[in-house]
Amino acid sequence: MKRVKKMQYESPKSIDDAISLISNSPGNVRLLAGGTDLLVQMQSQVADPDLVIDIKNIKEMKEFKKEDGVYTVGAAVTGMEIIEHEEFGSDWPGVVDGVKLIGSIQIKGRASMGGNLCNASPAADSIPAMIASGASAVIAGPNGRREVLVEDFIKGPGKTSLKSNEILLSVKFPIKKPNSSGAYLRFTPRTEMDIAVVGVGINVTMSDSGICEEAKVSIGAVAEKALVVEDAATALVGNKITDEIIENFISKVRASARPINDKRGTVDFRIQVIGVIAKRALKMALERIR
Amino acid sequence: MSDTVAYEEKKLKIIGTRPIRPDGVDKVTGRARYGADINLPGQLFGSVYRSPYPHAIIKSIDVSAALAIPGVKAAITGDDFEDMPSQFIPVGEMVVNFRDMTRNVIAREKALYDGHPIVAIAAISESIAKEALKHIKVDFEILPHVIDVVEAMKPGATLLHEEQYTLIERKRLGSEPTTESPPKEPSNIAKRLTWEKGDIENGFSKAHIIIEKEFNTKPVHQGYIEPHATVATCTEDGQVEVYTCSQGHFVIRSQCAKLLGIEVSKIKVIPTELGGGFGGKNNVYLEPLAIMLSKIVHRPVKMVMSRNEVFRATGPSPAGHVKVKIGCDKNGNIVAADAQIDMQSGAFPGSPLPQATITCFTRYDIENVRVIGHDVTTNRPKVAAYRAPGAPIAAFGVESVMDELAEKLSIDPLDLRIMNAAKEGTQTYYGVTFPQIGFLETLKRAKAHKNYNIPLEKNQGRGVATGFWMNIGNDTTSSLNVNDDGTIALTIGTIDVAGGSRSSLAMMVAEEFGIDSDKVRVTTGDTSQLGFNFVTAGSRGTFAGGIVAILAARKAIEECKIRAAKTWNVPLDEVVWEDGYARPASSNVGGFDPLSLADIAKNATKTGGPIAGHSEKNVQGAGPGFGTQIVDVEVDKETGSVKILRHTVIQDAGKAIHPAYVEGQYQGGAVQGIGWALNEEYIYGDDGKLQNTGFLDYRVPVASDVPFIDTDIVEVPNPYHPYGVRGIGEVPIIPPTAAIANAVYKATGIRFNSLPLSPPKVLAAITKK
Repeated sequence: MKRVKKMQYESPKSIDDAISLISNSPGNVRLLAGGTDLLVQMQSQVADPDLVIDIKNIKEMKEFKKEDGVYTVGAAVTGMEIIEHEEFGSDWPGVVDGVKLIGSIQIKGRASMGGNLCNASPAADSIPAMIASGASAVIAGPNGRREVLVEDFIKGPGKTSLKSNEILLSVKFPIKKPNSSGAYLRFTPRTEMDIAVVGVGINVTMSDSGICEEAKVSIGAVAEKALVVEDAATALVGNKITDEIIENFISKVRASARPINDKRGTVDFRIQVIGVIAKRALKMALERIR
Repeated sequence: MSDTVAYEEKKLKIIGTRPIRPDGVDKVTGRARYGADINLPGQLFGSVYRSPYPHAIIKSIDVSAALAIPGVKAAITGDDFEDMPSQFIPVGEMVVNFRDMTRNVIAREKALYDGHPIVAIAAISESIAKEALKHIKVDFEILPHVIDVVEAMKPGATLLHEEQYTLIERKRLGSEPTTESPPKEPSNIAKRLTWEKGDIENGFSKAHIIIEKEFNTKPVHQGYIEPHATVATCTEDGQVEVYTCSQGHFVIRSQCAKLLGIEVSKIKVIPTELGGGFGGKNNVYLEPLAIMLSKIVHRPVKMVMSRNEVFRATGPSPAGHVKVKIGCDKNGNIVAADAQIDMQSGAFPGSPLPQATITCFTRYDIENVRVIGHDVTTNRPKVAAYRAPGAPIAAFGVESVMDELAEKLSIDPLDLRIMNAAKEGTQTYYGVTFPQIGFLETLKRAKAHKNYNIPLEKNQGRGVATGFWMNIGNDTTSSLNVNDDGTIALTIGTIDVAGGSRSSLAMMVAEEFGIDSDKVRVTTGDTSQLGFNFVTAGSRGTFAGGIVAILAARKAIEECKIRAAKTWNVPLDEVVWEDGYARPASSNVGGFDPLSLADIAKNATKTGGPIAGHSEKNVQGAGPGFGTQIVDVEVDKETGSVKILRHTVIQDAGKAIHPAYVEGQYQGGAVQGIGWALNEEYIYGDDGKLQNTGFLDYRVPVASDVPFIDTDIVEVPNPYHPYGVRGIGEVPIIPPTAAIANAVYKATGIRFNSLPLSPPKVLAAITKK
């Protein structure tokens, strides 16, 4: 006779306790921060965990600090905390562009950027912006901590490089270069409360004479995960940003997109529009440097 | 009209003002009790196993493993319900066949759409009920399916109902229609309906210009925020109580009684607050299942749909395939109009074909008309009414062709409509001759509106379109009691579907008595407290509910006058009621001080007992509704995105009782129309399964998608309502699709003949151009 199982809930106070729980629990274990993905998945019976570990009561998970120019954003820091952090917003406006697009204000009051990262949706709004910023994921496990670039952290739809006994601790941003800025733009049929049909995160550093010194471009929702488009960055670096350079940049972005046809958009539409959105994101980032 | 209540022009104190909504505080604080908020002691939770296939024979059902789970108390299938004979009965704005309805509530021989209920379970918790569904085994024989209306009409198409032969109905104004022999082979075409007036061939022969086009619209959901929810309890002696969120609890009662074979008197349906219906909550889905489960388990059973279930198994509007042909003379006068409307009815016959065909060209005065409609079964949920059911589908085609005619004739699109507009005395092709109506007024006001004259910039365009809805009255009851302090308790039976009708009815009663509207408390009675009320549909709530509330008030006022006459010891005809007081008719009657309602109420015991009034009526004389809308759009030519810059609704309300609620209806209808035009659509995979079963991928507009919708209330009184009220709920959703498509044409030079105008479609067309 089958009994309906009961889900367990734990709320550890330290990283070590959390790792111990996750390492020693058989069955399906899920971490909970804001719960805006997990609870929806449970409600729709996509997720059916035996144990839910709430990480919100671990102090380090809620830390949001800047030390020696390096921001560390704890995995459970909410979207609204990030949006309301003025200095972070002026240093990494592209990341805030992305976070702002995650659901409604109410959702962002709970949802964390760390959760958006671990959920690893190909259409996640904060991920291309994090990648373009050169951010890395700080991971804690039984054998200590390790850091990995966000683009390497994401492996595929819903898949990350976290091992079954590891936890995302925070996202770390490098020291911001002078004369640099970023932007994230996406295309959605609706203005809000929607999911990216295409998304572009970009960061550029310009010289005083208007030459692009450095660039990083990441595109979302056009492959199994957010991609880094090195060709598009190369098209910009060493050049003044003229219309001709922008056209070349657009074509490189389009060439690297490999979307699918689905209910959210066609291949043709996504390839066409990702170029348009990339152009607009680039212009937005340049405008922010000025 | 004989059985109508006449309009009287008079000075108004309450009507036309904007008092605070009485149900507002409860709604913004979360106190309002919606369907899913109701819980009964000892209740179990019901859950539904639904077909994963769009079309399959149900060979066998095994619920034993589900029933073996501790906490699972009962499982029912179609076999637990009596079969019903094929019998068409009007319910809501649609006609119901109980043979089909019992099969839609729970499948019998076949599953006819993805999401079709097959088994219902009752268990001690929601999680156990959901777990139990995973252990139900159904042996399906999967059949080929058909989703698209045009495909479904083709000879040789997969048949949903092997015994379905097309029903032929022909109507011809003024003479007998020619007969048409029904097809000998079964098909998915359940009905072929034809309306004719004049001589269409002869009409077109006189045309200087003829435009003929084909249009396609997608099914769209009503999109109410509140999912269907019910709690039912059935006692050992067969008494049934049902709490449910619906647009008409009396109709829910009738349907349950019929489907379950229970006497009407044994079922009490208690309405909850309604979180939106828009036509989708006129019929039963969960209620008969909950009652049947409760009967078996001897405990109350609560059932709440998930959003996924709402999308897969409750009524969307049909998809439509529409052909429109209109001919004009040199000056722009329409000489003939012809249309064919093919409508998906879903798994069972009964799309809003009558409404679509009736409204198609009505609003124009045309001598020669023909409209042919087909009601077509497909492997999709049975369609339900959706705000002006059918009309927007026909109007998209007709108003797009009107725009093209205006362009070809170099006539302003509003002028073309003005010169052809129906007015008082116009004979429609479906038989009605219009009384006083306000269509021309809306067109003229649109032409003069500041929004029609704002200069546009690059990539922007302006479009107009119009809409018509018949409006209805129907069975309505109300009971009014004067409380001992002179306040009033009004009990109504026509659900306030959140449009604010409770407030509007309070205002009409207050106007009659001459008291403040906050002295009138309006409560929706359950089915045991009043006579039958029809569903709130067809824009009847404030119109029909208003008439019976006014008549109930007039009876109570008459009684108040009797009590005053008694008190003063004078004949009744020497007492008048004015401004909230019984007064002597003249100074000759005597020097009596006027008696207020409170004075009379206080002494009611001494003068004969409590004072009340009630009214029960099949309300007649609904005033037809007309509207004109102006839309400005901007098209992003790089992404295909259409932004609504300005949207103006100009519509005849007859009389706006509470203008803010009238504006709210105009704005709400326009926004639903914007959704229909731009992004809303049901997306099916090749497997016949619905792919977008949530609000993330079924894109209802959000607040930031729409501008503030400007409104202009035209008031041409309905001659058959004491204050001139016309229904207003349906009309505002009719014009937006065509107005937007016409505006997009002006911005891009491209005519779009299929909805929605989603970015991929618009961008592909721009790129091709």
